[in-house]
Amino acid sequence: MNIIEVQNEIVEEFSLFEDWMQRYEYMIELGKSIELIDPSNKVDSNLIKGCQSKLWLHAELNDDKLIFKADSEAIITKGIAAVLLRVFSNQTPKNIIEANLEFIDKIGLKEHLSPTRANGLLSMIKQIKYYALAFNKN
Amino acid sequence: MAFDVNKIREDFPILKRKVNGYPLVYFDNAATSQKPSKVIDSIVDYYSNYNSNIHRGVHSISQEATDAYEDARKKIQEHFNVKDSNEIILTSGTTHSINLVANGFTNLLSKDDEILISELEHHSNIVPWQMMCEKNGAKIKVIPLTSKGELNYDSFLNLLSKKTKLVFVNHVSNALGTINPIKSIISKAHEFGAAVLIDGAQASSHIKADLQELNVDFYTTSAHKLCGPTGIGMLFGKKEWLNKMPPYQGGGEMISEVTFEKTTYAGLPHKFEAGTPNIVGAIGFGMALDYLNNLGFDSIEFYETELLNYATNKLKEIPGFKMYGEAKHKTSVISFNIGELHSYDIGTILDKFGIAVRTGQHCAQPVMDYFGISGTVRASFSFYNTKEEIDYFCKSLERAVAMLS
Ligand SMILES: Cc1ncc(COP(=O)(O)O)c(C=O)c1O
Repeated sequence: MNIIEVQNEIVEEFSLFEDWMQRYEYMIELGKSIELIDPSNKVDSNLIKGCQSKLWLHAELNDDKLIFKADSEAIITKGIAAVLLRVFSNQTPKNIIEANLEFIDKIGLKEHLSPTRANGLLSMIKQIKYYALAFNKN
Repeated sequence: MAFDVNKIREDFPILKRKVNGYPLVYFDNAATSQKPSKVIDSIVDYYSNYNSNIHRGVHSISQEATDAYEDARKKIQEHFNVKDSNEIILTSGTTHSINLVANGFTNLLSKDDEILISELEHHSNIVPWQMMCEKNGAKIKVIPLTSKGELNYDSFLNLLSKKTKLVFVNHVSNALGTINPIKSIISKAHEFGAAVLIDGAQASSHIKADLQELNVDFYTTSAHKLCGPTGIGMLFGKKEWLNKMPPYQGGGEMISEVTFEKTTYAGLPHKFEAGTPNIVGAIGFGMALDYLNNLGFDSIEFYETELLNYATNKLKEIPGFKMYGEAKHKTSVISFNIGELHSYDIGTILDKFGIAVRTGQHCAQPVMDYFGISGTVRASFSFYNTKEEIDYFCKSLERAVAMLS
């Protein structure tokens, strides 16, 4: 699936929920099922700043696609990471750079996008885009 | 007089608002307190009716503003039972006050001197001293904690020596709510000739400190913690000390004569109040003290202790509940974790239920390091909170735990 298709799929899933509690419960589920980062990559250089709980993000290129893995001490942060990885992992750097982020608003996570929120969603997206830019040059 | 919390709540406009669709339950009082209408009105009144610069106008409203500002200083003086109003410096808050003292001591200490700081301190009480020590070479010694979150008094006694020049302890810990035995700390330190600074930021909304009785050398507080506005606070300093310390900032108000060759400084307290001060803040600060004194600190303490015990007993029933800070004397603060859950997750879900708590390290990383944890959830109660709110908090907490587990 390309990025737009994944985003649409996620928006559809979230549209089934009637209130914030169901949305959060689902995110927590996603957080639990996230494909964890290799412990050897849980290093300080992979830490994302601006987050109240520790959050690691690792990227590597597999053929022409970027593979992201993440982990966090906080399950909600992990859930947010899981949503992002579903969208951005296993895509080409070029597509990641060009991707827009409207889906975040559509699934009710926009409140987490404010730079003053200490959950690192914004920093995580920035970091993902940085990686895409860096790998795109190679 | 019975403590009518529902009537008191009427004084706080913000308590009527909703957050995320639920009535606001504000349990982040240790971070900052809410403001009663009396304080809010005094701010509006100042700007609407007599806004003017102080100490420099011959005109009527400047005089009114000057009187109101100096009145506030007198209220603070009375509240803290300070001998001379010149010993009260109006600052922007505790952080400013501590930096002012640290700066003042830079040239009073040298490399053979030691200062004692407790492990319970807020970052604002650690960093200024580290900065000072970088300049004068004095050494920082740390008074350790016990597992109950109290200061290890025996270690304190062992650390005290002729080299000790300053002791810094908070009156109440913001992370754990521990009330420290400052009276005996002060008198012991004095036996060794050391000065004592007490950070009263966390204490002032719960405890009325009598500074003459304590015989403390310096005491600080921030008005925003005690129902007053942000950006204003005080430094009490004994005149002997304040006279020894150089000014912190240069500017208007703090001088007596200025030529390009030499400036002579104004006397206390103006020497430390450079520039146009936070006039409206001081007025609000004074009003907040009036408000609290009118309620009575005995009633406040009695009611808050009731809330603390009620909440502690209820929370202890939640499986996995672990409280940090079990000092015999503590204010209405509960710092806790539940099982392996991260404080950030709990705080996020509670916020969704309209409940404001603090999560994380509470600007006291050494305390968290001591317990080997990355943070806690901190619920801190004020006299305008209710048992019903605590019930709702516990119920919401259990739902959060169910969602997160
Ligand atoms: C114990 C203690 N000291 C110092 C401070 C800093 O106060 P302010 O930010 O008002 O300067 C606080 C406030 O969080 C505190 O709780």
